Amino acid sequence: MSAKLSNAQIAWRAAQDIEDGAYVNLGIGLPEMVAKFQPPGRQAIFHTENGILNFGEGPAEGEEDWDLVNAGKKAVTLRPGAAFFHHADSFAMVRGGHLDVAILGAFEVAENGDLANWSTGPKGVPAVGGAMDLVHGAKRVAVITDHVTKDGKPKLVKRCSLPLTGVGCVSRIYTSLAVIDVENARFMLREKLSSISLDELQSMTGADLVVPPDSCDLVVPEI
Amino acid sequence: MDKTVPDVAAAVAEIGDGMSVMVGGFGGSGAPIELIHALIDRFRATGSPGGLTLVNNNAGNGRIGLAAMIDAGMVAKMICSFPRSSDPRAFTQKYLAGEIALEIVPQGTLAERIRAGGAGIPAFYTPAGYGTDVGKGKPVAEFDGRMYLQERWLKADATLIKAETADRLGNLTYRKAARNFSPLMAAAARLTIVQATRIVELGGIDPEHVVTPGIFVDRVVQVAAPQQEEALIRQGAVYA
Repeated sequence: MSAKLSNAQIAWRAAQDIEDGAYVNLGIGLPEMVAKFQPPGRQAIFHTENGILNFGEGPAEGEEDWDLVNAGKKAVTLRPGAAFFHHADSFAMVRGGHLDVAILGAFEVAENGDLANWSTGPKGVPAVGGAMDLVHGAKRVAVITDHVTKDGKPKLVKRCSLPLTGVGCVSRIYTSLAVIDVENARFMLREKLSSISLDELQSMTGADLVVPPDSCDLVVPEI
Repeated sequence: MDKTVPDVAAAVAEIGDGMSVMVGGFGGSGAPIELIHALIDRFRATGSPGGLTLVNNNAGNGRIGLAAMIDAGMVAKMICSFPRSSDPRAFTQKYLAGEIALEIVPQGTLAERIRAGGAGIPAFYTPAGYGTDVGKGKPVAEFDGRMYLQERWLKADATLIKAETADRLGNLTYRKAARNFSPLMAAAARLTIVQATRIVELGGIDPEHVVTPGIFVDRVVQVAAPQQEEALIRQGAVYA
């Protein structure tokens, strides 16, 4: 096994924690991959904030219906038992605590659960979309991300330096090296790759990792 | 009562300079392209309406629809959640040149502000944006141990909507996920203008299936074969 998980492997690991029948919102990009790795026998119901419950994979090229898109404006299909609704109902599902899981990407996550994932600073055109709503309300808000930035800097930090998406909102982080929970404003190391030492992992993490007694190896299949 | 009008030009005739205009749609899904283009046609012919404030989830894509309105110089301000798209150059150029104002609103807050505007609720509290840049300067309050941000209603002078089926009283149904913001916007505007693919006799829409009741609608025009924004963009279409 290589020294870190591929994006598909991170998505696979996140998918293992989604129960059968859970209502799930997956963010645009990497989080969308989680849908591909549902364990056999489980079927989550996917929510997209533009007003669909129970959508499925994209259609074949040429079969797109552009009135049937997800939050990333990609064409999708419907599963039996799908429903349409307007935007206020859609975000009632989000804020009202009706979603079981929301999975988002991240620029930074702080040990107190703060998330920064919408802006890298004052330059350019700001755009927030639904992320600031999605981080509040889902029973579980998880982040899926590389453990460090492209330059090798920690993405798991003591306090976020980038503009916040939400305060104290993240409960679990799936990274390319570990699975980490946010509890009582600390990073609790639940699982890490056996190929990396705790010291190495700590050196790539911007805040202290607490290692509970039941911390174990992060094991994922080759994908 | 008959809210139908003969053509798209007549449908948008009352929209004037400086108005706030909500526009239904999420990207291309539900975008009322023909009504938007009718406004552009009048602006090109008469120089009006200009100085508009637009409310939409996005800020246009490519060289058609809202992007073409922005390109034409008709828009003074954009209120939206996500002013990016596969081809955002129209908005981006004006924004970076300081020629268009931007109010960025989290998507769920945008929806609820519009809903509140239509429902006569002047303000509400939401967790979204608390402790972030979009919450700066807004009142906050604690409820049951959690902090929330106060947000105000959003209303408009006019709304442009794309529906699937309408009757002459303005009862509407939508197609697939194309409804998104439109039922909320229909209630939040003083003048709600609808383009519908089909107009049916009264009773032609099962009351169980009405999504937007006609009380929220003022003008209805038939556009029998509406264009789809996403399809136009993929063809490289330019509305000029």
